[in-house]
Order: sequence, then C-alpha cells, then structure tokens
Amino acid sequence: MSTQVPKGEEVESTTDEAASSPGKQRRDTAKADRAGQQEKQREAEERAKANEDTVQIKVFRYDPEVEAKQEPRFDEFHVPFEKGMTVLDSLMYARDHYDPSLTFRHSCRQAICGSDAFFINGSQRLGCKTQLSDLDEPVRIEPLPHQDVVKDLVVDMDHFYEQMHAVEPYFDPDELPDGELEEQRQSRANREKIKMSTRCIWCGACMSSCNIAAGDNQYLGPAAINKAYRFAMDEREGEARKQERLEIIEQEHGVWRCQTQFSCTEVCPKDIPLTEHIQELKREAVKSNLKFW
Amino acid sequence: MSQSYNRGLIEDFGRWREFSAGMWAWVFHKFTGWVLVGYLFTHIAVLSTALAGEAAYTGTIQTLEGLLVVRILEVGLLAVAVFHILNGLRLLMVDLGIGLESQDKSFYASLILTGAITVASVPTFLAGAF
Repeated sequence: MSTQVPKGEEVESTTDEAASSPGKQRRDTAKADRAGQQEKQREAEERAKANEDTVQIKVFRYDPEVEAKQEPRFDEFHVPFEKGMTVLDSLMYARDHYDPSLTFRHSCRQAICGSDAFFINGSQRLGCKTQLSDLDEPVRIEPLPHQDVVKDLVVDMDHFYEQMHAVEPYFDPDELPDGELEEQRQSRANREKIKMSTRCIWCGACMSSCNIAAGDNQYLGPAAINKAYRFAMDEREGEARKQERLEIIEQEHGVWRCQTQFSCTEVCPKDIPLTEHIQELKREAVKSNLKFW
Repeated sequence: MSQSYNRGLIEDFGRWREFSAGMWAWVFHKFTGWVLVGYLFTHIAVLSTALAGEAAYTGTIQTLEGLLVVRILEVGLLAVAVFHILNGLRLLMVDLGIGLESQDKSFYASLILTGAITVASVPTFLAGAF
C-alpha cells in the first residue's frame, strides 16, 4: 500500500554501525527499505491473489459535480486482505489501486484526529479503529447518517461544529491567579472526574447515532453536552461561570432532550460515558434550580 | 461545495436488527407507555358504567370477563404494566447515575422478570376461561 507507514525502524536498528556517515546510512537504509517494501507489497498481492484472500467492501458513492454520479449508488471493491487491516486501510487500497476519485476524510490513522468516522455495517465507527476481521462481509461503508453528504463518504460537519461551539468550549475561570505566570492547578480528584470527557476527538459518531438529534436539529447532541460537562465540572472555573454553563445546557434543546437510549455511548470510539455525563448534568441543572426556601 | 445530498432518516425502524439494548428498552418503554395510556381510557369507560347503577356495572364486568379475548388481553396488560414498572425502575437508576455501565443487563433482567411474572399470572387470569 503506497500510503502505508514505512516499516523502517527494525532495519535501521540492525544496520552496521560502521557505515560511512549517518545521513548516507539513513538514505541507504531508506532506499533498501523502499525496495524491500515494494517487493513485499508485490509478494503480498500475489499471495492474496493466489489465496483469493480478499475482502469485499461496498462503498457509498455520490458526486454532485459529475452528472452520472449524482444518483447515490454503492460500488463494490475486492481488497486483498492483510492481517491487521482496518476499514480505512481497505478504503485507501481501493482508492490507490482501483478508483482515485473515491473520497473520504482521514488523517492520523490512529483514532486521534477524528476524521474518519463512517457508518460501517450499520454502526458508527472510526475506519482506522475497526478491524476488517471483526466485520461480516461484504463490509458496507456509508457516510455518517443524519448529515448531508458532500461527496462519497464526506459529510458536512458544519452543524456538528456549530453545536460544539454553542457550549462555549474553552476554559474561562471567574478569577485569575495573582501572579501572571502562576499555574491554575487542578486537584487530582477533579482531573479524574473530567478525564473521560476530555478524550473527545470531535468525530461526530455520537451525534450521528442519536435519533433525538436526528429529529431535533437544535438539540446540542452528546458531543457538545460532553464538552459542556468537561468545563462545568472543572472546579477551577468558579460558581458564577458554572451557573452560566448550566443555563446554556438546560435550555429546551439541551440536556433534557436526551432520552437515555445509550446509542452515543455504544458508538463512541473513545469509550466516553456520554449518557452518564448527560445524566449528571441533568442532576446538576435540577440541583441549581431547586430551592426549598 | 455546489450541492449536498440529504440521505434523510437512515436509522429508521427498518434497522431494528441492529438496535442495541438501550434502544430496545426505549422502544418498549414508549410502546408500553402508550398502551397503558390507551388502557386508562377504557378503564375509565368501564368504571363509569357504575354511574348507571350497580347492576349495570356488574353486568359490564361479567360480560367482559366472559370473553376469552378480554382474558388474554388482561395477560398482555399485565406484561405491559410489569415491563413499564421494571424499566421505569431501571430508568430511575439511570437518572440517579447508578450502574450506567450495566444498563443493558438491567434491561435484560427486566425483560426476563416480565416474562416470568406474565407466565406465572396465566393460571389466574385464564382460570375457567376455556
């Protein structure tokens, strides 16, 4: 695969120390490695052909700029299977070898950038985090539901980002420390409390899986509420700011729209307990409004 | 971007095979809730026959209980009510933030309990109906 990460480290460490210059040594290694890689790739392809060890993927296609492709359809690709191959790997293989017009977002390939959330075999997953061997064939890859499709697997994320920004997702304490360079330390217990909520990678899988968000376009959605949780629960911000934050999330299309279907929690690739956070914010909102005097 | 394509509602009920426990719990809770609302109206209608005197009420009840369909529907009503109660308790726990990581297990537990209670009630409800 041309876009595969070069497997250079092992070769590099075993190269003879006595080679002329470090730079030349690295170049030589890289060259040898590239050749070796091509050789390996050809071998892998031949082996796959011989074994018929291929995976069938069905990919959603749509291109508004080409007349013949304006009607959405599914394209089938047969990708040679390699051990450890992810859905994203298979898409990249299909793009590099069969159809260069196949469009999808991806960047880091290690479940951190949040670009490659797709609807894979009926569930929102990250392409780079989903092993092909875990899926039933043919693997059906569609763009995230409930978002407009721009092209192929690329969806319009604007609405999702708008909801994320609506909860004012930035640290904004009531009081700043006296010294200009003084740190604003957080207690370990408090850090532990918000730990999971900080792991959001903005992939949009939860929002896409939530059928409340599908029916109510103004609903903040699990990711945005989780973001609000991350800051509302941060003790360093102070009571006044927390109150403001709660006023945002307890509005009509805020936390109270959640009906605890747990869809978001099921699909979250970072295992954030989204429903738990939403429920906790509901309780916080009630607590701040209930007065018994 | 010249245009985009709205795929509409993809995750509709046609995907029921892929629903997870939490989704099924939600679907059943909604369904049983509506059934109970519907039952409330028939319940009031039957009770209000007592306004026309004792004999009318007794007559209505005896006629209804004489129908096999009503006996079977009563079993169904019990199942619906028991599930709604048990899942309601589950939702109470969810709202209190207790045991959210085992919410699927508590759903299965409420299903199994509902089934057991319903089966156990059959002799009582259908006694003398056949």
